[in-house]
Amino acid sequence: MFRRHGTHCVATFAADEVRVLRKVASEVVGLLSEGFDHEDPVVERLFPDIYPEDPHNSAEFRRYTEGDLKTSKIDQAGAILAVLPGDGGGEVRLDGEEAEAWLRALNDARLAMGVRLEIKADTDLGEELDDAVLRDPTSSRVFQLSVYAYLGYLQESLLNALVEAR
Amino acid sequence: MVGMAAPQVAPVETPGTDEVPVADRAWVTIVWDDPVNLMSYVTWVFQKLFGYSRDKAEKLMLDVHHKGKAVVSSGARERMEHDASQLHAYGLWATVDKA
Repeated sequence: MFRRHGTHCVATFAADEVRVLRKVASEVVGLLSEGFDHEDPVVERLFPDIYPEDPHNSAEFRRYTEGDLKTSKIDQAGAILAVLPGDGGGEVRLDGEEAEAWLRALNDARLAMGVRLEIKADTDLGEELDDAVLRDPTSSRVFQLSVYAYLGYLQESLLNALVEAR
Repeated sequence: MVGMAAPQVAPVETPGTDEVPVADRAWVTIVWDDPVNLMSYVTWVFQKLFGYSRDKAEKLMLDVHHKGKAVVSSGARERMEHDASQLHAYGLWATVDKA
């Protein structure tokens, strides 16, 4: 988890955390590049229609803005990949700008996972995880839910570290 | 999204609507509730993008959370499209509508 250290937000990541972060950031990049598909509900969530009742103007707006939005989302996921330590784990130090890119990228990753995991407003993450463990502790849903929860804590800790010194 | 469905009122097609100059009409940017974004993050985004005080940003975030949506900015249409686009870059679910 992140903490404030002078002008930077600092965290020490264990080997498995580095692997998880590399995986989720790479998946976001993949989703936004070669895997880009407007029919994908994750893409619908990351690139919402700006005029929900006006498909024509929504499409028009999308035509002009989607490229830039996609690029900035790929760049912010790249900001995670750029500074992650090697597979053995290690420290990450983020200046203000890098911390903001990480916040947006962690949020995109959580949005993508939230859609895939069908997280709803009344979803109790702890209960959801308990249920999944009872059904099959080795399932991919158990892993995905725990990563989703982890990313939420990480994002919150980074936000706290970032605003602390203001 | 739970408890935020808009009433299903079909918009009436008015002939000639396109001819009405829209530039000086007031438009709004709306942020909708979603089950993933952290409350603290949404508050921070409102402060960051709009320069709102922490109190104002927090109140707007709570409106989004409790009422399902909130108007976060208003003005010319192009300006609102810019705001919505910025909000999308931060992962918030934003739309533009007439005031």
